Amino acid sequence: MELTRRDALAALTGTVVAGSAGALTWDRLDENGESSERPTGETLTALAEAVYPSAVENVGEFVETYVVGRASERPEYERGVAETAALVEAYAVDWFDAPVPELAREERDQLLRQLGTQTADPDPDGTDAERVRYYIVNELQYALYTSPTGGELVGIDNPQGHGGGTESYRRGPER
Amino acid sequence: MSADETEESEQDRTPSDRVDVCVVGAGPAGGLVAHRLADRGHDVVVLEAGPRFDPADRLERMERAIRPIHGDDEVWEMSGPRDEFTTPGELFYPLNVARVKGVGGSTLHWQGMVMRLHESDFERRSRDGVADDWPIAYGDLRPYYAEAESALGVAGASDNPFAPPREEPHPLPAFEPSHSDSLFAEACERVGVTTHAVPNARNSEPYDDRSACVGYGTCKPVCPSGAKYTAESHVEKAEEAGARVLDRVPVQRLEHDSAGERVEAAVYATSDGEEHRQEARAFALACGGVENPRLLLLSESEQYPDGLANSSGLVGRHFMEHLFAGMGGTLERRTRQNHVGFITSESHQFYDDPGAGAEGTESSVPPSDDDLGPLKLEFLNYAGPSPVETALSAETWGDDLLPQLREGYGNHVAMGALVGQLPRAENRITLDPETTDDHGNPVPAIYWRIDDRTKRTLARANEIQRTILESLGVDIEWTVGPDNTGPAYHHMGTTRMGTDPESSVVDPQLRTHDLSNLWIPSSSAFVTSGAMNPTLTIAALALRVADDLDSRL
Ligand SMILES: Cc1cc2nc3c(=O)[nH]c(=O)nc-3n(C[C@H](O)[C@H](O)[C@H](O)COP(=O)(O)OP(=O)(O)OC[C@H]3O[C@@H](n4cnc5c(N)ncnc54)[C@H](O)[C@@H]3O)c2cc1C
Ligand code: SF4
Repeated sequence: MELTRRDALAALTGTVVAGSAGALTWDRLDENGESSERPTGETLTALAEAVYPSAVENVGEFVETYVVGRASERPEYERGVAETAALVEAYAVDWFDAPVPELAREERDQLLRQLGTQTADPDPDGTDAERVRYYIVNELQYALYTSPTGGELVGIDNPQGHGGGTESYRRGPER
Repeated sequence: MSADETEESEQDRTPSDRVDVCVVGAGPAGGLVAHRLADRGHDVVVLEAGPRFDPADRLERMERAIRPIHGDDEVWEMSGPRDEFTTPGELFYPLNVARVKGVGGSTLHWQGMVMRLHESDFERRSRDGVADDWPIAYGDLRPYYAEAESALGVAGASDNPFAPPREEPHPLPAFEPSHSDSLFAEACERVGVTTHAVPNARNSEPYDDRSACVGYGTCKPVCPSGAKYTAESHVEKAEEAGARVLDRVPVQRLEHDSAGERVEAAVYATSDGEEHRQEARAFALACGGVENPRLLLLSESEQYPDGLANSSGLVGRHFMEHLFAGMGGTLERRTRQNHVGFITSESHQFYDDPGAGAEGTESSVPPSDDDLGPLKLEFLNYAGPSPVETALSAETWGDDLLPQLREGYGNHVAMGALVGQLPRAENRITLDPETTDDHGNPVPAIYWRIDDRTKRTLARANEIQRTILESLGVDIEWTVGPDNTGPAYHHMGTTRMGTDPESSVVDPQLRTHDLSNLWIPSSSAFVTSGAMNPTLTIAALALRVADDLDSRL
């Protein structure tokens, strides 16, 4: 299933983004990020490929539009996500001797699990695992599953959090 | 984005010179009273304890509602010393998920189902021999119900054969039934139960400068589109008509004149710790069913040692709630839940006669001769888990998670019901001197338990629900009934209405018996609870109070 730019914008629920959509690229975020040698976007995209089902395509552009769209609105979030991405990079080098984007998909998955992220409560101010759960895993899941394509993947064409109108709830499953 | 963190505006919070009316509380009751009176040229000041929440933050609040880190009370920042309470009674009462403090009041969080009480609700004593009759009848409120429906923008249909008489259609067309409503409608026909539309204070088309519903599905606790009515709308209209609205100014007490006959001033606090006196010719106390009695009790004086307007001793007593009964499970077909966050079908068939049986094309609902109270049945559109919420709390991700989400979503259905509680003096709001709020005031203490008649009625609701769900072929997985019920967050009864000053706090015009310039537009004046969500009745009473005040000022 192909994620589109529209999905990302929908997941952003169109706040300011509609107007500034053209500029939602990683460089906008990396310009401000001081905390890491590796561009945050590369790390996040690589992790999203592990967090999203393999049936999802076009992860890179989707994540870029979504995360940059969010970050450009909220400086605190931008700092949090950049720092957390840098933190995961440090673990990757420690445990796998390579940066996240160079790891195989299974290794990225393993990296997140080794961190304890599956069972960690999401918390922006918590332990490493809790911050990863909040800023990376749940952030990416929220983006995917409130978007029309993410909803469709599960079987709901107007998922909670997406303003998809008042027609879908009336339709039967056969349509 | 916390409203407390956002810069507190430089608004001038010093009092106005003596005004015509001082409204305390900016929920629907306060908003409607303030708007109508300001619109008629009166000088109005509204004092609101909580903040004004910026509409630009609604999407972020929606995200708080969906993401698991945030508790229910966090979406609208209901916690901390300001909102302390205790529940020494038999049952725990979760007060801070049951209300919101801020401009808009609890309608920021509410679901927005709005129906009129039935004629029978005003005559419980005459009809059933329990509780009391109201001192007013349905007919007294009927024109105000119509005005309240226009004010709130109610989407509804005239297809409910059990509803009390009405002359005019609802201002907006009803939301069409959901796919699962159609499954329920067939099953209901088989057992003899009639279904009909739900009146919703939610725009089915653009109304009153607010957009139509776009289906975010998070109505309760937050609608990011503005389609769901909140009382912010009437507070703003009041301001446009000239009222002055002060937020973050909790009223500490009301002060009366030396004769104890009139309220002179509302004493409020500002965040710098200062206290100010707002004087007015008349006062409307609109702080909701818990804070209304609390403020009266906090305003004790030499003349009123047990609390202001409390010569009867009944302030805070007869606290009532609506109780929830529900049942749900799965079907072997797709039911398409969680697309929207509101309900489109219900049944009031068992409202006036909860023990009546029903005969359908294939089977029946057995009659009951138990002594029962009113109940109403709801067919939910948000049964079962929402995939996004499941994903966010799952202990896995990627290709492991997707099949779990697909498995968990798609086949659920559920029914709800509301049951009214009898007014009982021992269910009450008092002050807890052991615990104080951020201003050193004793917090509300809630004594609450559920009587046997209410429990029987919950069991009856379950019985009808089971009949319908079984006819639909549902594999029933959960039941909420008499022993694990919970409140619907409708606070009623704590400053009850009546003609006798010995047995009531306010008169039929909602003016206190003790103080001639103090009105209490609120569900706290309800004599009985009925089983209908209360806010349309609150709105009708508020408009009626505004008319009464207008004629006297
Ligand atoms: C989750 C939930 C769902 C609900 N769903 C429905 C529904 O579907 N249908 C329905 O009819 N009703 C529903 N309700 C109930 C509905 O929200 C209330 O009936 C309604 O808001 C009450 O209106 P009010 O103006 O009397 O009080 P409130 O809305 O409670 O407003 C009172 C205001 O007074 C302020 N205040 C309190 N104390 C002071 C003080 N000392 N000084 C100054 N200000 C003060 C508060 O901050 C608040 O803003 C729901 C409520 C909740 C919580
Ligand atoms: S479904 Fe609810 S939350 Fe969504 S737009 Fe409609 S009223 Fe608002």
